[in-house]
Amino acid sequence: MSRSPLPQDETGAPSMESRLVEFVQRLRLLGLPIGVDQAVSFAESFAWIQPLRRSEVYHAARATLVNRQEYLDLFDRAFVEFWEPRRASPRPQKTPQAPRHRPEEFQRPSLVSFMAEKARRQSKEIEVTDRTKTATDVEWLQRKDFAKLTDDELIALRQSMAGLRWDFSQRLSHRLIKSRRGRTLDHRETLRRAAKLGGVVVELRHRERKDKTRPLVLIADVSGSMELYSRIVLQFFHGLSQQLDRTEAFVFGTRLTRVTDAFRLRNVDVALDAVSREVFDFAGGTRIAESLHTFRKRWGSKVLRRGAVVIVISDGCETGDAEQLGREVEALRRSCYRLIWLNPRLGQRRYEPRVRGMAAVLPHVDDFLPIHNFESLRQLRDHLARLPKRKGGPSEISRRL
Amino acid sequence: MSIDSLDEITETLRGEDYVSDDAVSMSLFLALKMGRPLFLEGAPGVGKTEIARVLSHAFDTELIRLQCYEGLDIHHALYEWNYPRQLLQLQAGQKEDLDAIYSDEYLLKRPLLQAIDPKRTSAAVLLIDEIDRADEEFESFLLELLSDFQVTIPELGSVKATHRPIVILTSNRTREIHDALKRRCIYCWIDYPSLEKELAIVSMKVPGLSQHVRTQVVNFVQKLRQEDLLKPPGVAETLDWAEALVHLGIAELDAETVRQTLGVVLKNQEDISIVERLLDDQSWAAQAG
Repeated sequence: MSRSPLPQDETGAPSMESRLVEFVQRLRLLGLPIGVDQAVSFAESFAWIQPLRRSEVYHAARATLVNRQEYLDLFDRAFVEFWEPRRASPRPQKTPQAPRHRPEEFQRPSLVSFMAEKARRQSKEIEVTDRTKTATDVEWLQRKDFAKLTDDELIALRQSMAGLRWDFSQRLSHRLIKSRRGRTLDHRETLRRAAKLGGVVVELRHRERKDKTRPLVLIADVSGSMELYSRIVLQFFHGLSQQLDRTEAFVFGTRLTRVTDAFRLRNVDVALDAVSREVFDFAGGTRIAESLHTFRKRWGSKVLRRGAVVIVISDGCETGDAEQLGREVEALRRSCYRLIWLNPRLGQRRYEPRVRGMAAVLPHVDDFLPIHNFESLRQLRDHLARLPKRKGGPSEISRRL
Repeated sequence: MSIDSLDEITETLRGEDYVSDDAVSMSLFLALKMGRPLFLEGAPGVGKTEIARVLSHAFDTELIRLQCYEGLDIHHALYEWNYPRQLLQLQAGQKEDLDAIYSDEYLLKRPLLQAIDPKRTSAAVLLIDEIDRADEEFESFLLELLSDFQVTIPELGSVKATHRPIVILTSNRTREIHDALKRRCIYCWIDYPSLEKELAIVSMKVPGLSQHVRTQVVNFVQKLRQEDLLKPPGVAETLDWAEALVHLGIAELDAETVRQTLGVVLKNQEDISIVERLLDDQSWAAQAG
């Protein structure tokens, strides 16, 4: 402590201010975002509290330096470690870092390399010719099942996907804007005009409710049975997240992971890489009901607001209880504006949604559509653009493309 | 009324029948002393709004409440002109009245303007409730207002508070509030109360309930919060339940009574059916008392 260059009082101990600053810096090192103004508030608070009472210092620091519930535990531990080192565990354990931190040494094989591996194995069997040049070939490619695409075809398809423009369903917000056609009177404007004419109202001005894009929530199944589609599906998610604000994305196999932040990254490869680093259960089992339950409980109140559209992508191969799955889907539909279920297997000939899980889901979704080739993506886009402004409207249950 | 120490604030809150804990008291104390807004976050029904009410009562000052909702705009939060009166005045009077109609007389003061009204003789308590329901645009507007308690009305000029209001913001956390706003505030996360705290709250608010049933009720609610429910009951629900039991004249809380009155505690059909199943489970019911 004596190496501290900060001012010291007569006793040789570091002054209170320098200890405070040190403490703030320690918290920052642990990943807590603390602004200078917050640090100043903390110092200011000493004018009002009794600095010799540990508990008062503790609560003052908590009130001024922490502004998220998630950081409270971390803060508590850091506080004891810093101010009462003797009370902290004798052998200093490494303090876990704040949720934002992502240490670099924690690299795992990424989804991209994982998928590349899969694709390579396939390309040995299928003789790859460059079929992406001519118009007819492009058309053919667009109808080809995602699961059967080769590496080159994937790249060609990615370009086509990037070209898709998503015109998403709107809803009426409660905010009023000036408009000619609106039905609400704009008193302020009307009066302003009337005032010029000595209070004679000649012209009525109007306002109307502003259109707002609906929030979109994407939930994808990345379990073993969906393996061949996962990459394309995630690419598709990335495209949507990039074009539409307020898109929330989740993936699940045996458990649910939120990947919204990863999809904000612009480069698709970097984004997919980030996703694979966060998701621990690629190509494993499926617990759809449990994952949807977690989603509703943890995220429902946050993301299912303001008329959200939910898109779930899964083949419905549930390893858990099918009845519970039915109940979960029903509850999910009740809490959103529209529930769209996409199933890649729906594109296969002779597919009947008889898998136990799928049969339980079907009565509770608004739309049931395939997502197995590029053509089906386009179909989905058209469908989204046509969604009615009010809840309800005809549902689209497609058996086959 | 001035408050000079942490103990005093705890006393004041207790005097108003509000059971506080150290974290809440300290946040409130610092917010008052440092003149900062207090940002209260936590699950619904843990007593966030109540703090503002208690405070205004203790300080014997007006409570001005702004309930946030989607689409809340300046005309509902800050001010609006009284158009019908303005129009009548224009039609009745002369042309030179044009400036006169944009005066204090024709101004409808909404909660935020009421709180910073220079004519005020003492500081009011301004409660901005459920800020997470308002749009983000409103947040940035608040940021401006809360930093210097001054706003500009184009037709009238700027209005600045002579007595800064005591500001309390609450959020149920349906969305994350921007850090810029939080940084200007003293932050406090209010959790569900501990067993002891909840017992104290119930005995204070529902004194008619026997000690035996009170312990049963609080134990049961605390147990419920550990279950996997969509909407765990808040303190408000505990109090409603306690009150209901007083009205029913219940002397012993058994499984049958719980079943009959469950709708007071849980407001979600799924949760109710989960708990009903739990009640059938003897061992769980025994643990919950």
